[in-house]
Amino acid sequence: MAFAPAARHLLRARDLADARYFEPLDVADLARVAGLSRAHFSREFRRAFGEPPHSYLLTRRLERAAALLRSTDRSVLEICLSVGLQSVGSFTTSFTRTYGVSPTAYRARFPPAAENALVPGCVVRAYARPQRRTFREDNGRAQA
Amino acid sequence: MITIANAQLWVNDQDEALSFYTKKLGMEVRTDVTLPEMGDFRWLTVGPAGQPDVAIVLMAIPGPPVMDAETAEQVRALMAKGFAGTIFLVTDDCRASYEELRARGVEFVEAPEDRPYGIDSGFRDPSGNHIRLTQVRELATA
Repeated sequence: MAFAPAARHLLRARDLADARYFEPLDVADLARVAGLSRAHFSREFRRAFGEPPHSYLLTRRLERAAALLRSTDRSVLEICLSVGLQSVGSFTTSFTRTYGVSPTAYRARFPPAAENALVPGCVVRAYARPQRRTFREDNGRAQA
Repeated sequence: MITIANAQLWVNDQDEALSFYTKKLGMEVRTDVTLPEMGDFRWLTVGPAGQPDVAIVLMAIPGPPVMDAETAEQVRALMAKGFAGTIFLVTDDCRASYEELRARGVEFVEAPEDRPYGIDSGFRDPSGNHIRLTQVRELATA
């Protein structure tokens, strides 16, 4: 069997956190991928990457949540669930601790997502064009 | 300099497409906004995490007055036949990506095969769009 350095297994766990953060992953899942006991894994991960796995996974989720607050009009609850967190209460707490403001206040600091959406002019022309309603067209019958 | 910003795919259902491109392919949502002043038009884009300047627009097939019913039906028919659009993705390990995506339920139409230019495979998104997934062979630089 090929020998892989221990850090390779830790990297596999970190890659999993980066790739599948939106699933209900926890440290136990990461430890399993690394093939280590949870306590041992946390220690080794911290030694290799400078922060504990729990914090790595959480900050990955918070970074995505912040991006979604800026670039989408989804609700805070939807965003919380879409980055793999289950409780909007603890999401708000961790977000506020990390960014210094609540998710709602963070969003308010930026222009509304719709203003930054680079919807091309051709699409705007097509979709924003008002539909003319006349009596005859609404009836679907020509009265000539 | 001209570069590529977005490429568009028609999709039957934006939520279904969103789930496919993010949860199965692992892409990120770039923009998701619904614009009431445009008849609740939803501008939905996704892109690979490591490539922030390129996105795929997941575009719902509009009804009248943007697109007449007959044209919409033609687009749907082309999609169902797999001729409405193709996106070419590259990966540094085609066989590994193939196994990973297949395990998540991605419907491959071509398993990885050796080609002169590398290892190539293909799958479909839920709307029938053809997506290539290629590991491009490193060309000898002169």
